[in-house]
Amino acid sequence: MESSNLKQKIGFNILRLSMLVILLILGVILYDIISKGIGVINWQFITAAPKNGMTEGGIWPAIVGTFYVTVITAVVAVPLGVFAAIYLNEYARQGKITRLIRMAIRNLAGVPSIVYGLFGLALFVNVLGFGTSILSAGLTLGLMTLPVTITASEEALKAVPNSYRHGSLALGVSKWHSIRTNVLPYAIPGILTGTILGLARAAGETAPILFTGAAFFLPFLPQSLSSQFMALPYHLYIMSTQHHDIAKVRPLAYGTALVLIVLVLSMNLIAILLRSWLRKKNK
Amino acid sequence: MQKRGKLSKFKEKAIEWFFFGNGILAIIILIGIFTLLLKEGLPTFQEVSIKEFLTSTDWNPTSYSNRSYGIVSLVYSTLLVTVGSLIFAVPLGIACAAYLAEVAHPRMREILKPTVEILAGIPSVVIGFLGIVLVGPMIAKVFNLSNGLNAINGSILLGVMALPTIISISEDAISAVPEEYKQASLALGTNEWHTLITVTLPAALSGIIAAVMLGMGRAIGETMAVLMATGNAPAFPESIFDSVRTMTATIAVELGEVPYNTTHYYSLFAIGLVLFLMTFVVNLISDLVLHKYGEGE
Repeated sequence: MESSNLKQKIGFNILRLSMLVILLILGVILYDIISKGIGVINWQFITAAPKNGMTEGGIWPAIVGTFYVTVITAVVAVPLGVFAAIYLNEYARQGKITRLIRMAIRNLAGVPSIVYGLFGLALFVNVLGFGTSILSAGLTLGLMTLPVTITASEEALKAVPNSYRHGSLALGVSKWHSIRTNVLPYAIPGILTGTILGLARAAGETAPILFTGAAFFLPFLPQSLSSQFMALPYHLYIMSTQHHDIAKVRPLAYGTALVLIVLVLSMNLIAILLRSWLRKKNK
Repeated sequence: MQKRGKLSKFKEKAIEWFFFGNGILAIIILIGIFTLLLKEGLPTFQEVSIKEFLTSTDWNPTSYSNRSYGIVSLVYSTLLVTVGSLIFAVPLGIACAAYLAEVAHPRMREILKPTVEILAGIPSVVIGFLGIVLVGPMIAKVFNLSNGLNAINGSILLGVMALPTIISISEDAISAVPEEYKQASLALGTNEWHTLITVTLPAALSGIIAAVMLGMGRAIGETMAVLMATGNAPAFPESIFDSVRTMTATIAVELGEVPYNTTHYYSLFAIGLVLFLMTFVVNLISDLVLHKYGEGE
């Protein structure tokens, strides 16, 4: 009995240690980026364009580009995701087709991001003729994000009690009317949570935009949907591997990495807080 | 009145069809991806034999005299880096999942689970950047190499990126083991550790396998981290300290530079097709394991 208790003590401590390792990894990542990136961050770095062959200046065009392309991603992924979820949860009879659809959604979520890049290049850039543009890149990221928004919306719809539906249907309104007025409004916070997480991922993605619209360097901001654009993740890739003087621009790369993770992690944090607020409210 | 009733009935039907169209979108996109990869990838084999593509270790599409399109070393590199990542990510991930599900205080768990999600939220390009500035120099120092951009660097990064997936899905699986199983084991006089090892983990095994498969799918398909941190030498790697170039990195490096509609261009789509099929199979296996009993969901 003594030895089995000792075993338990050792075993549980190994598990604790594993968790500590994970926290340590996260800590090292955040510490390194923050400590080395913070020195570069100032008003000019945020609001100026890169200068002198990208060895000086700031990252404003990359911030704007990432913002625009994420907006297009949202315009594609949110309505399509919500509509698909409405079908799955409100209209479809659960059976073979819904099983197949759910399997397709889970598989889409596992398709490598570079394959989405190939798909976007073939479909949006070439077949549909949108060229390498912010539109092609946004559509590509939108399709990549779709599985996330469908899954999140479906879960949010599922959480709306059936009595809400029955109550309004009993008053004689149509099914669509009932969904629009008595189901969707209550699902919105949940939909929002998942959507923000999906968009945060899209904003940080590089592989899908490599060939669909991201540009090495542009002296101006994107003017229309058919412009190319600079993006934060692509800019970090350039500054850390493709630049002609990598050692010199290392601090700028750290600054870019810091801005990128602050952006992405604050989106994550908002979603996490929204979710825990939602859980408390539903209890 | 009756006419209006008919009209709104028609409207309701139209709305339902509209949502149905959106519902099957996922299937259409999945088929669309596969079809376009086939359409753009298959022309490769007008110039290159399928046998050469699948069995040659020589990838050199830009050579003037002797172009070759063999993907064996690329596939091998992908698998090498992936297996290397799983060797540490799987035990570490399962241990964390077991800690979260069975050992941690509920309040602790509430804090730690979102923290793991934060790790999942870090963009791959940032992980790749850290591979260059942090992990690379460390490897070079420890193993006394001229630089640390090699397979083991990629494995470390991919492992870190696969961890959140492995942890969160395994944790769900372990938490889902019925309380009665554990109570029965404890009632026989064993302690909690013994119960965890001999009852709970085996009962959660199918979920854990699915978690590992999902993590593996992510590692196989990851691009930026391996592109930035493995050195990208397109040769057959002899050890984990060699520079490697995975399938994803090859596409990323070369697609930006090739003219459209050349054999080289098509061959990169053919690599994408192989990659798609590999991750599809891996995901399908995890899906079948996870949703074996999910008929009624």
